[in-house]
Amino acid sequence: MFCEVCGKKEATVHLTEIINDKVTKLNLCEDCAKDKGTEMEEHFGLNDLLAGLADLGSTTEPELLEKVKCPSCGFTYQDFKKVGRLGCGDCYETFKKQLGTLLKRIHGADRHTGKIPLMVGKTVKDTRNLQDLKARMEKAIQTEDFEEAARLRDKVKEIEKKGKEPA
Amino acid sequence: MDYKDFINQDTEWLKGTGPSANIVMSSRVRLARNLDKVPFSNWADKGRLEDVLVAVKDAALSTGGLKNALFVRLKDLSEVDRLFLVERHLMSPEHAENVDYKAVVVDPKEIISVMINEEDHLRIQVLLSGSNLRECWKIADSLDTELSKKLAFAYSAKWGYLTACPTNTGTGLRGSVMLHLPALVFTGQIGKILQAIAKLGLNIRGLYGEGTDATGNIFQISNQVAMGITEEETIDNIERISNQVVSREDSTRKTILTKNKEALVDRISRALGTLKSAHIITSSETITLLSAIRLGVDLGIVKTMDRRTVNELFLLTQPAHLQELDGRPLNANERDVKRADLIRSKLK
Repeated sequence: MFCEVCGKKEATVHLTEIINDKVTKLNLCEDCAKDKGTEMEEHFGLNDLLAGLADLGSTTEPELLEKVKCPSCGFTYQDFKKVGRLGCGDCYETFKKQLGTLLKRIHGADRHTGKIPLMVGKTVKDTRNLQDLKARMEKAIQTEDFEEAARLRDKVKEIEKKGKEPA
Repeated sequence: MDYKDFINQDTEWLKGTGPSANIVMSSRVRLARNLDKVPFSNWADKGRLEDVLVAVKDAALSTGGLKNALFVRLKDLSEVDRLFLVERHLMSPEHAENVDYKAVVVDPKEIISVMINEEDHLRIQVLLSGSNLRECWKIADSLDTELSKKLAFAYSAKWGYLTACPTNTGTGLRGSVMLHLPALVFTGQIGKILQAIAKLGLNIRGLYGEGTDATGNIFQISNQVAMGITEEETIDNIERISNQVVSREDSTRKTILTKNKEALVDRISRALGTLKSAHIITSSETITLLSAIRLGVDLGIVKTMDRRTVNELFLLTQPAHLQELDGRPLNANERDVKRADLIRSKLK
């Protein structure tokens, strides 16, 4: 299909406008679409936005990052910036520094508080419990409730010790 | 049972029953899950994709809720058949593309569906009529738990369920309600409501078309974030906001009925007149007119039809449904004629 404006190049951008229930379809080449300017904003999709968010600029070393490949699936951070999707679950560990920042930007939080699957149930619950205790301890210190802080510290120590013992 | 038989049954989400069903057309919960140690669907090679497909199929069909479910490989379906499943909201439009290693599992009542190898290995979906998000979550949650006994899901203690797109990471949950808001559109209040909802971290968009011009006055509210918030909190947020919009729509309907009844009755009657007499009608005009009829039914102005019939027409007049009914492919012009025929026969 050729562009409906210049009629020369392949139409790769397909705009659909709905005005008062009237649907107008326009097939354009990339160049003519760019000329249409404002309408292109609607064409700007999730992938572009994610890629923009994922580009962390000065906070990372791009050359170094380009060489890092996910050991499980071979995905690079550049791949992610291109498609806005990750390669596998292990990518989260491979790119944890960059993704931590990104997830916080997307969700306003970088810690899961929801459902815990059965298989991993116990260890995750312990971890979450520990995080919770540590946060409460910090708060107790801030409010100068040292008695409570000491009590929480002992509890944290106890759980950490238990975690290190062989199962 | 075959998926083709769906055309003869009322899909659950269009039954027009359940809490606030006069305004809340349907509720939906979707969970994104992936198998641990397997590349996500868009990045896995053919062999892995086939493995995922078989593993998920076996696991799903052995769960209590999906024992009698249909399993359909999308490459075995024609394009119209795939669109038919999309129109019934049993799978996403994206799932109907690049179909080689994709499949869908659907329970016979069309309440639960599991898309296999969409962007994530599993997309578990539960759809109910009316304002029923909590029940949707309950069903999805227990199916997810059952599946997790057979399949190890990609999960991190810190980040929760790991998904192909970082916008779903965490709970992997997207909850949504579909609202019919003709009175808020008619009185021009919808613009402000759209803005307010966006500020509250929720998403709102037209089901057919975008922004305030949503064809058929049907809007969908859903959550935007999936991390740092529990599933119950997410459901609760959507439900609270949705309830407020519903009560606003409700009171606006009552105001119009007392202050502007003639204009309302005029609009609804004209819509009915057009639908009863048209011989050529587009999908978009149909949806606009059916929206008016649905309002008329809800307010007791149209007495010759019930909500279920209007809902049914919303679905049967869609392109793939018309072609399934006719048993052959139809071009756009032929569909416009068939659509008008069908509506006239239903409104006799």
